[in-house]
Amino acid sequence: MHRNLIKLAVAASCLTLATAAVAASADDYKAAAAKAEAAIKAAHAARNEWTTTADEMKAAKKAADAGNFDEAVKHAHEAEALANASIAQAKEQEKLWPDAVIR
Amino acid sequence: MLRKVCLAAAIVAVTAQPLLAASGVDPQADFKAFRKYFTERFPKVPLNDFVNGPYSMDEGLRKQWKAIDEFPPYEFAVDQGKQMFETPFKNGKTYADCFPNKGIGVRQLYPMFDEKSGEVVTLDVAINKCREANGEKPYDYSKDDMAALTAYMAYTSRGKPMDIKIPNDPRALAAYKAGEEYFYTRRGQLNFSCASCHVQNPGNHIRSEVLAPALGILNAMPIYRSAWGGMGTTSRRLRSCNSQVRGTPLSAESPEYRNVEYFLSYMANGLPISGPGARP
Repeated sequence: MHRNLIKLAVAASCLTLATAAVAASADDYKAAAAKAEAAIKAAHAARNEWTTTADEMKAAKKAADAGNFDEAVKHAHEAEALANASIAQAKEQEKLWPDAVIR
Repeated sequence: MLRKVCLAAAIVAVTAQPLLAASGVDPQADFKAFRKYFTERFPKVPLNDFVNGPYSMDEGLRKQWKAIDEFPPYEFAVDQGKQMFETPFKNGKTYADCFPNKGIGVRQLYPMFDEKSGEVVTLDVAINKCREANGEKPYDYSKDDMAALTAYMAYTSRGKPMDIKIPNDPRALAAYKAGEEYFYTRRGQLNFSCASCHVQNPGNHIRSEVLAPALGILNAMPIYRSAWGGMGTTSRRLRSCNSQVRGTPLSAESPEYRNVEYFLSYMANGLPISGPGARP
């Protein structure tokens, strides 16, 4: 029983490593970029974009153009996260700004 | 007749109060609190000196400024602006035809609320409206021609007290409120608001710069900024502030920028115009 469990764990680890080693494809990049663009569009609508979001998207495109889709996906994910953070900031500030007013 | 006029005025005055109360906007109360905050925090700074920004906060910087001001770096812009102001448009008209008092000594009246459009109009916007009405192309809002022209117009208004009016019109009050909201809202990846620097930290350093107090901060506009190596308008300064906190700047003279200029200028009512200014 114990041996079987060890074998299963080793097999699972190998599978995980194999999955991680698979390089990202152009389609992966396109999917990641589309999600990032949607978040950026929402941040634009909230009138609260960050310069770093645009920087990450530029880096993603540059990496994709060079055929480095691992890097491209990484930067696109980062851009999406930053855009979502700026949207969260805008929503939070809608409630919080009056606390800062001089009274 | 006089009685009727007085009665009408009284009715207007009484009915005007609920509009303010209902909107939850009270610019006069904000004004008093704003003034009290800065004068109590910096009791040694004479009220009119707040318009000199960082120089009112730092003695060493003030000495440098006094030395620089013997040959003001904005002087060329004032001369250029004067020439531009006096040069007729192709149709023979001039800027003087667009402004009260022929455009001389009027800087302190801007921004003003335009009842026709329902929007805040800054001096820079009024200049471009004048140009377009006379068949000329509008200027870029950030620097160069616009900065030179507003430098001259500010120069003719030096010493005049800021005189911003907020009519009891729900649209004007909404614009004022939106300006106040913009001023106190944190933005950018660094999570700074305008107030983070100019209310909570005037006089403190941010990197090598001494932060200016928000009170009277626009009275010196436009400015020659050494960091820019040239002149810049209020729009340029606001866009630059946004970038510094890693926020994507809005378009120059966007409603948000015009509204925050309206709010800050109202807070500076009574303080003298000192523009054009020079800043590090």
